[in-house]
Amino acid sequence: MARNGISRRAACSLLLAGAAGRFAVSPARADDAVIRIGYIRSMARHPVISLLDAPPPDAGLAGATLAMDDNNTTGRLLGQSFDLIDVPVRKGTDITAVLARLAGEGVRLVLTDLPADGVLALAEAGRAQGMTIINLAAPDDSLRAADCRGNVIHVAPSRSMLADAVAQYLVWKKWTRWLLVLGSHPEDKLLAEAYRRAARRFGARIVQERVSEDTGGSRQTDTGLVQMQQQMPLLTQGAPDYDVLVAADENEVFAGYLPYRTWDARPVAGSAGLEPVTWDASSESWGGAQLQSRFVRQFHRRMMPLDMQAWTGARMIGEAASRSNSADGDKLVAFIKGTDFGVAAYKGQLLTLRDWDLQLRQPILLADGRTVVSISPQPGFLHQVTELDTLGVDRPETKCRLP
Amino acid sequence: MQVAMTDAAVRLIATIAAAWALAPLPALALTAYVSNERDNSISVVDLDAMKTVRTIAVGQRPRGIMLTADGTSLLVCASDDDTIQIIDTRTLQIVGDLPSGPDPETFALPATGNPLFVSNENDNRVTVIDVPTRKVLAEIPTGVEPEGMAISPDGQTIVNTSETTNMAHFIDYATRKVVANVLVDPRPRVAQFKHDGSELWVSSELGGTVSVIDPVKHAVKTRISFDIRGLRAEAIQPVGIRFTKDDATAFVALGPANRVAVIDARTAKVASYLLVGQRVWQMAFTPDEKYLLTTNGLSNDISVIDVAALKVIKSIQVGRMPWGIVVSPQ
Repeated sequence: MARNGISRRAACSLLLAGAAGRFAVSPARADDAVIRIGYIRSMARHPVISLLDAPPPDAGLAGATLAMDDNNTTGRLLGQSFDLIDVPVRKGTDITAVLARLAGEGVRLVLTDLPADGVLALAEAGRAQGMTIINLAAPDDSLRAADCRGNVIHVAPSRSMLADAVAQYLVWKKWTRWLLVLGSHPEDKLLAEAYRRAARRFGARIVQERVSEDTGGSRQTDTGLVQMQQQMPLLTQGAPDYDVLVAADENEVFAGYLPYRTWDARPVAGSAGLEPVTWDASSESWGGAQLQSRFVRQFHRRMMPLDMQAWTGARMIGEAASRSNSADGDKLVAFIKGTDFGVAAYKGQLLTLRDWDLQLRQPILLADGRTVVSISPQPGFLHQVTELDTLGVDRPETKCRLP
Repeated sequence: MQVAMTDAAVRLIATIAAAWALAPLPALALTAYVSNERDNSISVVDLDAMKTVRTIAVGQRPRGIMLTADGTSLLVCASDDDTIQIIDTRTLQIVGDLPSGPDPETFALPATGNPLFVSNENDNRVTVIDVPTRKVLAEIPTGVEPEGMAISPDGQTIVNTSETTNMAHFIDYATRKVVANVLVDPRPRVAQFKHDGSELWVSSELGGTVSVIDPVKHAVKTRISFDIRGLRAEAIQPVGIRFTKDDATAFVALGPANRVAVIDARTAKVASYLLVGQRVWQMAFTPDEKYLLTTNGLSNDISVIDVAALKVIKSIQVGRMPWGIVVSPQ
């Protein structure tokens, strides 16, 4: 996702070796029950199409930091203190060694924005020490299905949730004839499959699929603009009649170039144009204005989706601590997985956890980069339990078998 | 109470007074004032004519709105201007401001008219202001995103709710210290004491409940929940709370449920629901309790409820995204 501010390019190339810098732990107040939270944070970055989407060095960390401030403000009243141990990891970092050191520091809950293979490696390595991993960024449905783990909680929405959020809106608009254009990376194929599933579920029709091969060197350069003006019409020329172009391009190779350059005058959704996101810097409903304001004041930049995912992950732990009045890692995880858990995240309703795959239920914002155009689930898509479960893989369909 | 004015403000009033003949004012009519969050304005509603008669331009993002006890001054939290503006209710001109601290959202005045307690949403604190001297007397740290403010009828207890910490914070008036924190359901908005001081009610917007709190024991006695046929539970988001003077009936505004719940305040049982405008938040009675007025943020109007008949009798258009409402005492 273009505006999520995190690399997926590095998904298949997480090399393990070396070590991160020293841990910085702020001192807790005397007598407070201390809750230490680790954040194993990917520093991998890939080129972006728009300069506006370039992830800042503290992408994610800023959101987690703000949530820790919020947790500590509340904790001060309850005799609880929260420490964030930030561990930036680069290509070559031995993440299992990092996890072992965090365990030695008394950490039981670890946030991470590593891609799926990193999440799984941490889950395996942390199981023996009773550690729970909070997946902030990996959207892979496999992590919520065959590869689901009892000690991994997903804050990041899955690809199927994101695709369903887009699909519901397009169907509500009666833009049901889609031209699906996907990239050539493995993640793009998975995302395209999520859009095929969404089309089937909600009554849209993919009139044709096209693949935009990543041949390298096609990003915007001094001459690239001219190239894009030629290439994007070519990519979309001669398609059967369609209402909207749906782009599946997680690595930001081409989708950002599609709006205004398609052969036919059609809107673009998915990886460009109308994008499904967990947050947008323009979202001000449901108290969002004050979160944006606090964030900008503290970090001197706008809040990105990854910041929101990290904020939410860290706030879930804080909420569990104040509701259960406990600092014990096992009790916090049990509370988060229990029926009384819900966290407010400026989306108009409480976010709760699906017990079948430990995925956080959440509305998905549809943003065009300037405003929030809509929020899914859309009116009229009904569900017997909660309409949030019209997004993604529902209980009867799940392939996840938790212990 | 007296509100101090700047010299400039006094001069301004003199100027305005000279121009009075040109500006017919609704001073004699029963008047409601509505803060319009998106319009940076206050709508002045004549409740005899049941229509908006004037619009006052104010600072950015006006939310909390209140009249001083003598009705001569209207106080408005201009949240994005980090100030509280003072409006003379005779001239409808801004005549001064108070040092509210950053991002003031709501406030409360004791019956004595001083001091003013302001919730500073972005700074996790309550600011206490001495109104005559316009000096900050104290800043009291509370929880994340302070919102609702309430004062006990005896004036000894101040309550602040915090939207992200999810607590009602009890502040001792004399020492200005937080003496108790009561955890409530998610996103508490409004706190309101019964007139006899026996209970404090706190609405939880995302929890969908109202917590009834014993203000002596600092404990939740019961939680009121709401069930409206045909509406998703998530659409029921309680915000504003008002008690009739006899504490027999409570009205709770339910946000995007577009309804006001009528509650038997003695048993805490919901009696009925009244359909009003869209996203109803704050409410105010007329002094005789004949009418209850509601601000409807998404339909840009206020609904007028006939309290005796429990019927919605009128919608009156105001500005964009009406937030708060207050009715003149005369």
